[in-house]
Amino acid sequence: MARERTTATPYLLAMPGWIWLAAFFVVPIIGMLWMSLMTGNIVTGFQPTFNFGVYPQVIATYWEQILRSLAYGLCATLLCIAIGYPLAFWIAFHGGRNKATYLLLLLLPFFVSQILRTISWKFLLADNGVILGTLKSAGLLPDGAHVLSTSTAVVFGLAYTFLPFMVLPIYAVLERVDHRIVEAAHDLYASRIQAFVRVVLPLSLPGLFAGVLLVFVPSSADYVNASVLGGTHNTMIGNIIQSQYLVNNAYPVASAITFVLMAILLVGIFSYAKALGTEQVMEVQAK
Amino acid sequence: MATTTTEETPVPQEPSTRGGGAAIALEGVAKAYRSGHGTIDAVRQVDLTIEQGEFFSLLGPSGCGKTTTMRMIAGFEEPTSGVVRLAGEDVTGVAPNRRDVNMVFQSYALFPHMSVADNVAFGLKRKKVAAVEITRRVTEILELVELGDRAKYKPAQLSGGQQQRVALARALVNRPSALLLDEPLAALDLKLRQAMQIELKRIQREVGITFVYVTHDQGEALTMSDRIAVMNKGVIEQLGTPAQIYETPATRFVAGFIGTSNLVTGVVARGVGGYSRLDYSDGQQVLVRTDAISGEHVLVTVRPEKIHLGKHQPGTDLSRLRGTVREVVYMGSTTHYAVDTAQGTGMTVFQQNVSDASNLAERGDTVWLSWRPEHSYALPS
Ligand SMILES: Nc1ncnc2c1ncn2[C@@H]1O[C@H](COP(=O)(O)OP(=O)(O)OP(=O)(O)O)[C@@H](O)[C@H]1O
Ligand SMILES: [Mg+2]
Repeated sequence: MARERTTATPYLLAMPGWIWLAAFFVVPIIGMLWMSLMTGNIVTGFQPTFNFGVYPQVIATYWEQILRSLAYGLCATLLCIAIGYPLAFWIAFHGGRNKATYLLLLLLPFFVSQILRTISWKFLLADNGVILGTLKSAGLLPDGAHVLSTSTAVVFGLAYTFLPFMVLPIYAVLERVDHRIVEAAHDLYASRIQAFVRVVLPLSLPGLFAGVLLVFVPSSADYVNASVLGGTHNTMIGNIIQSQYLVNNAYPVASAITFVLMAILLVGIFSYAKALGTEQVMEVQAK
Repeated sequence: MATTTTEETPVPQEPSTRGGGAAIALEGVAKAYRSGHGTIDAVRQVDLTIEQGEFFSLLGPSGCGKTTTMRMIAGFEEPTSGVVRLAGEDVTGVAPNRRDVNMVFQSYALFPHMSVADNVAFGLKRKKVAAVEITRRVTEILELVELGDRAKYKPAQLSGGQQQRVALARALVNRPSALLLDEPLAALDLKLRQAMQIELKRIQREVGITFVYVTHDQGEALTMSDRIAVMNKGVIEQLGTPAQIYETPATRFVAGFIGTSNLVTGVVARGVGGYSRLDYSDGQQVLVRTDAISGEHVLVTVRPEKIHLGKHQPGTDLSRLRGTVREVVYMGSTTHYAVDTAQGTGMTVFQQNVSDASNLAERGDTVWLSWRPEHSYALPS
């Protein structure tokens, strides 16, 4: 009796989580899949017609936005690595006893809504705003220069928005790297750079892996940055989903695009994990 | 300079055949850590010369500055004052990766993402040794530490003792002029620790490299070392061979720290045949060689195993004290007695259990403790 109870306990403890996932993830997903195969409109109602043709149709219509989203997501991710890794490294190894303060500073912008933050960027980057205006009047930029409504603005906006998702997981693994292991590398004739490349970087890969996922997935699906900082030529797939769903009320089309995006991201993630050899990465973690 | 010499230097057969002079010298080395509340004098003043091929131990209680001293030799800390010399050369300010010494960390600090062989090859790769040569030396050293069959394993797949040997191999394979070991056996259980002590000693004899060994285990230091420096509160209290340190502790601290030691206080009465005598009531006496003059207070040490325990009053040529047995602990080959002397000092006595000597006394018995004068040392009290 007692034995059976102990084996069942972990499952019982996980129950609330499973119920949550089932109610708020699995059921809506199935509902959306069902919805994507319907035809009709908001006035006459939607009928299930198993209209699989909607999938090639949305891909043919929106491939440009899909590719752009993935490209922006990739650029934002690379930018986040470039800025976030050194930042995480510095906090973890040189933060001293102020580590908590630095992390709080990093998260501070999160206390303000994302829309507001993005809009303030718009204000900062306006053609004659604080930054560009000053540079232009100082003669450092030509009069016609602009940043807003360009892909650069969108990518930088995305990187800014999701930077903490890169820094935190990298910080978490670097924090746990035993300093004596780094010292051992120096003791065994490794220069600072060699110690980093041979020891610190490989040990931080699980964090980098997590950071890439946490930044790439939401930034590819983001629509706020593109709609606020981008122009008509920089729309991302998130903007299409949003307008199809909320403006045109074309629920089947919006659902279908959502599934296409999800499928692409899932395939991408799995091939990324395969290429990086997650198992090996996780093994390092387990030590 | 320091790094280039090792490469071609063959493993020395005799400790003295290599280089001239001391492998390591510390001259007036001190280290103060600056912290929020002020400075901590981790090492106050250390002067040391460690010879080539020597097994040298730094022994002392927790926090006495052993690790700090070692880290200054390795180059992870710079002394606040004083000079560190490796093979005669002043290495102050030289980075750890440019010093010809290797460290074995207490926590082993193995690279968890690399195989055993890659861990061991790390130093040689950094020194750009040819690949064939690396393979040969890694195989050779793994054989030496009896881990030849574990080359492809990850550190996490090894037992504590095996990880310890990988850490040792990883340092030894570079043939440094000295190996620094910071409590390398502290994490192992007693049995494994004793086996590894013998193993370490064997390896050190075979490769002939200078070992600087940090420990707070006096038994370990006594059995393994050629010489020991006993440290306390950032200074060296005594430096000498294990026998010197054990038999003639120079200070009260050393006497107390090295093994169990009995301390008897008394007032010098007069000299008897080259010894000073401390008198107590009822014919009790302690004989010891000391410079102290009549009437002076002295502190006398005697090791538990040097004391004889008996029912009858011993002769006048021996130190002799009377007491009551408080505790008897049978330890197999020996029996330990705790005896309260008439003066009130607690004494520990170890007696070998030879067949006719067992059951020398029971709890509560009144006994005589005696020992030869040359087994006592007077310390400045
Ligand atoms: N990085 C540091 N910053 C400040 N104080 C330190 C630092 N490292 C050591 N200390 C202090 O210096 C003193 C000596 O430390 P050390 O590590 O050398 O002792 P130890 O003899 O190796 O002790 P143990 O046997 O416990 O390892 C201690 O009081 C310690 O608190
Ligand atoms: Mg220590």
